[in-house]
Amino acid sequence: MKAIEAREVHLSFGETPALRGASVAVAPGEIVAIMGPSGSGKTTLLHCLAGILVPDAGEIHFDGRRIDTLNEHQRSVLRRDQFGFVFQFGQLVPELTAEENVALPLLLSGVKRAAALEQARPWFERLGLAGLQRRRSGELSGGQAQRVALARGLVARPGALFADEPTGALDSLTGEQVMDLLVASAREQGTTVVLVTHEARVAAYADRQVIVRDGKVNALVHS
Amino acid sequence: MTLLGLLECEPSHGYDLKRDYDTFFSRGKPLPFGQVYATLGRLARDGKIVIGEVEPGVGPERKRYVITERGATEVESWLTEPVEAEPNLQTVLFTKVVLALMLDRPAEEYLDRQRAAHLRRMKELTEIRRGGDLVDTMLADHGLFHLEADLHWIDTTVARLDALRKVVRR
Ligand SMILES: Nc1ncnc2c1ncn2[C@@H]1O[C@H](COP(=O)(O)OP(=O)(O)O)[C@@H](O)[C@H]1O
Ligand SMILES: [Mg+2]
Repeated sequence: MKAIEAREVHLSFGETPALRGASVAVAPGEIVAIMGPSGSGKTTLLHCLAGILVPDAGEIHFDGRRIDTLNEHQRSVLRRDQFGFVFQFGQLVPELTAEENVALPLLLSGVKRAAALEQARPWFERLGLAGLQRRRSGELSGGQAQRVALARGLVARPGALFADEPTGALDSLTGEQVMDLLVASAREQGTTVVLVTHEARVAAYADRQVIVRDGKVNALVHS
Repeated sequence: MTLLGLLECEPSHGYDLKRDYDTFFSRGKPLPFGQVYATLGRLARDGKIVIGEVEPGVGPERKRYVITERGATEVESWLTEPVEAEPNLQTVLFTKVVLALMLDRPAEEYLDRQRAAHLRRMKELTEIRRGGDLVDTMLADHGLFHLEADLHWIDTTVARLDALRKVVRR
């Protein structure tokens, strides 16, 4: 059984074909990096795997269940309960404090506020953010905001974490820190990770790398 | 140059030099004693170090080596001058790609293999860097940045293969 799989996925934006028969399988607990030039279809593939976009043709499976045939509401429940997300620009809610941002996925799944904040708390220590719980996103550095976003992505112990260029807006040293923490936390929880990046240094953190070119996935030939 | 640099820190004995070298620079490939003494002999001959007085009663290894003005100047200019960027790997890859295109072989596949090999090495270095101390991290970083530069070249070359094929096949 594969944790996450795309089979022969096609998707076009109007006339623009973004995916043209993309297939990739990620094992449970595996960390896979999707690499490739800009515009090759990495983000589109990630969005298909995460049930954000629905392919024109092909299938998406998660944990033995076909998810591309679910309706909008079912997919949004699936995303809320099973998936975590980290994007290039942390995309924290600016009105909320850092701890409220981390607790957000729990609050959205109906966990009581006190309990959600309780669960969010240990993440601040773990990710080197102690003392920043009450800050708002405007009062955090880029690296801090991205670590808060990482905590938010993992706090609900999702089955899969989807990260799209999570270090893209950071300098390389800060990016390495975020990747160190992402990999360590995901391994600790056994979370399957799909990581989109065009940077080889970031992809080198993954167990395996695949390359998207012209809307198709090339597994790397290891000689 | 590394031994000379170590002597610039302080006068030392052959044994201590080897130990310091192995601690910081050898990364698992200890420097043979023979090589230490051969290098020291050469440096002495060139007037970059002098051999101090033999300390009594402790055997042949207790000679103390001291850097000279000339040696210190050399260390200084070596430190100040940037290292020439290594063109070697690039040359090999370039030759391979051009030959592959000339011979109508799958250049893209070769480059994909090379990319896989590079990524595999980068993964190893990333693991070293995650588990290691600061010295390991710095050395791994050096390797990572170089490999990353090669990968940029590989990606650009893959994107240009069609154009390049026209140039090399007449
Ligand atoms: N929302 C959209 N509307 C129209 N075209 C899009 C949209 N998103 C992506 N595309 C196009 O689809 C292709 C793949 O894009 P994307 O998956 O974002 O690539 P990548 O993440 O690898 O840079 C590109 O040609 C891009 O212009
Ligand atoms: Mg993208």
